[in-house]
Amino acid sequence: MTTVVAVDESTGNPFALSHLDVLESEAVHIFREVAGEFERPVILFSGGKDSIVMLHLALKAFAPAAVPFSLLHVDTGHNFPEVLEYRDRTVAEHSLRLHVASVQDYIDDGRLRERPDGTRNPLQTVPLTEAIQELRFDAVFGGGRRDEEKARAKERVFSLRDEFSQWDPRRQRPELWQLYNGRHAPGEHVRVFPLSNWTELDVWQYIAREGIELPEIYYAHEREVFRRSGMWLTAGDWGGPKDGESVETRLIRYRTVGDMSCTGAVDSDAATIDAVIAEIAASRLTERGATRADDKLSEAAMEDRKREGYF
Amino acid sequence: MTTGTTAEQLSATSLLRFATAGSVDDGKSTLVGRLLHDSKSVLADQLEAVELASARRGQEAPDLALLTDGLRAEREQGITIDVAYRYFATPRRRFILADTPGHVQYTRNMVTGASTAELTVILVDARNGVVEQTRRHAALAALLRVPHVVLAVNKMDLADWSEPVFAAIAEEFTAYAASIGVPEITTIPISALVGDNVVSPSANMDWYGGPTILEHLETVPVGSDPGGHPARFPVQYVIRPQTAEHPDYRGYAGQIASGVLRVGDPVTVLPSGLTSTISGIDVLGTPVDVAWAPQSVTLLLGDDLDVSRGDLIAPSDAAPATTQDVEATVCHLHERPLKVGARVLLKHSTRTVKAVVKRLPYRIDLTRGLEHEDEPGEFGVNDIGTVVLRTSEPLPLDAYADSRLTGSFLLIDPADGTTLTAGMAGEAFAARTATAAGDAAGDDEGWDF
Repeated sequence: MTTVVAVDESTGNPFALSHLDVLESEAVHIFREVAGEFERPVILFSGGKDSIVMLHLALKAFAPAAVPFSLLHVDTGHNFPEVLEYRDRTVAEHSLRLHVASVQDYIDDGRLRERPDGTRNPLQTVPLTEAIQELRFDAVFGGGRRDEEKARAKERVFSLRDEFSQWDPRRQRPELWQLYNGRHAPGEHVRVFPLSNWTELDVWQYIAREGIELPEIYYAHEREVFRRSGMWLTAGDWGGPKDGESVETRLIRYRTVGDMSCTGAVDSDAATIDAVIAEIAASRLTERGATRADDKLSEAAMEDRKREGYF
Repeated sequence: MTTGTTAEQLSATSLLRFATAGSVDDGKSTLVGRLLHDSKSVLADQLEAVELASARRGQEAPDLALLTDGLRAEREQGITIDVAYRYFATPRRRFILADTPGHVQYTRNMVTGASTAELTVILVDARNGVVEQTRRHAALAALLRVPHVVLAVNKMDLADWSEPVFAAIAEEFTAYAASIGVPEITTIPISALVGDNVVSPSANMDWYGGPTILEHLETVPVGSDPGGHPARFPVQYVIRPQTAEHPDYRGYAGQIASGVLRVGDPVTVLPSGLTSTISGIDVLGTPVDVAWAPQSVTLLLGDDLDVSRGDLIAPSDAAPATTQDVEATVCHLHERPLKVGARVLLKHSTRTVKAVVKRLPYRIDLTRGLEHEDEPGEFGVNDIGTVVLRTSEPLPLDAYADSRLTGSFLLIDPADGTTLTAGMAGEAFAARTATAAGDAAGDDEGWDF
């Protein structure tokens, strides 16, 4: 722990920019590069805070014109109702076009099988990659950040994927200066991560600065949850509680938003954005460590899923 | 980061991008681990995962290298195979660290990391002093025009905390680095293992009066002075809403690569040479009178010109010349060699053109005092040398010495899109330019990015 005192560094430099300004400028640059070089880009939109910030940046990047991209949501079938409501309201507000790839459809017609543990997050990969192929997207924006996970720390801003959407960490293109190489063969596409250099705290500070609305589940509220694998999961038709698990009402909030079967809540009384920022700044756990069951499956869980085409 | 820090204080901090360079075994992982750990960037669940993995391998103490070696192959082989980016923060500043491996693939990885870095930390082992690798790292920092270089003399605990040992290494390094044009050198004696002078001042080296590594990282000036350099604005995208509200809006979107732009400035569009004045500037939807690098903005011009992606807007009185004959220093990045006669694509800011490799005048041996090998015929992976290219269209190319963004380019294989080569226009090393121009060595005029 350092004991330095904050100093005013803007003294004497009329051209100083805060770190949020620099990160915002960089992300906007990335959105505009893709708009300039690709035919059919799409933004992966889950209704989570990272994809909401991505959309906000895209709206600013092309103002006063409309965002020249459509949205793609991979619906696991176990989404939080508040998040789906937010998604549909946002799409309508900005006159966006939304594509939905449904895990439930794949399970219903037998193309995917439910896992014994009921976790649907890994099942997203197939509907995602098939939607990219069918709708012929050539650039796919993801909200992934390099601070999330050590395999992600190796990810490029422009990440070339083959026709099977596979990521090969040994064959990544070196990325220098701000020169992003988006060339790809027919059938291949590029995953683009405009928030690569942002941390969880940056995202929250930016949400606060810009006054961005989020789904309510990000703020403390009372909810019926049960304990599984050391995490508080939302009770519901999707598969919990089971025998031996009991429901209780707790004051919680979510740090990440994903499939209900593997996204855990944290005990929290942070009901405002300032309280959330203070809580994250003091937290001893990473976002994923605190709330994601699927990353604990193995030491290389994220890398293995990314290799298969996960975002 | 303390819990007492307010949201406003947190958002007002500045950002420093830096890179590390070091040979295998000189303690780079330990230094990175300590910086991350002591700035609270290693959290309990990550540390727990490292402890579990270390125990599974039969190691007694947690192996901090496991924090940074993220890929399966890296953990299996115990090596780092690629650049990784790390993030940490103190109340003063946010840091993006390009963590580059120290083994055989060092050159292209270090070039990649250094291309966006404002500072490089070069590590040496106090017992070995300046070695071939150290000279190579210094030369790469000079070549990539990294504005600040730190020499961290590590393992001082194994050199009896000796001031003369440190002073001799610092003097040798500073003399070499200055001779190849490194503009600013700071030398710090440390022990990454024990923690001396990394975050906390050393009680074992009271003879040292300078900053710790972290203190230096927190206080080194970031960003260039946009006021001191001519403006460069590569056009990325044309924004034309064509809506009832904005029927005639035609804005040129881009990120200011260098300098300052003001409403009313006379500007020239390259390569066409058409002229106009800036009639408006929007910063992401909000009109302003002035904007500067590295802001992403939208420019409005007073005249209806034919301007599109790939054009460069510059002040009429300080516009760059355009050329189809490019001379540059390059680092070759790919296993597929670059040969004389090769037809490639050249990506410069927002413009991609065809190009042919006319000559490869020489290859530079960075470890042997910048010795040359003339006309090598081809460059292999990690080679550094000079090229002469002819492009299919004129490019508004600055010297890399004047602008890291508008002086750099990539060579791309047109067949499959592979990134082959990183290029820096103009003379490679500041010291050589200075000698040729009769200037004093160490003159830091023109260092910018």
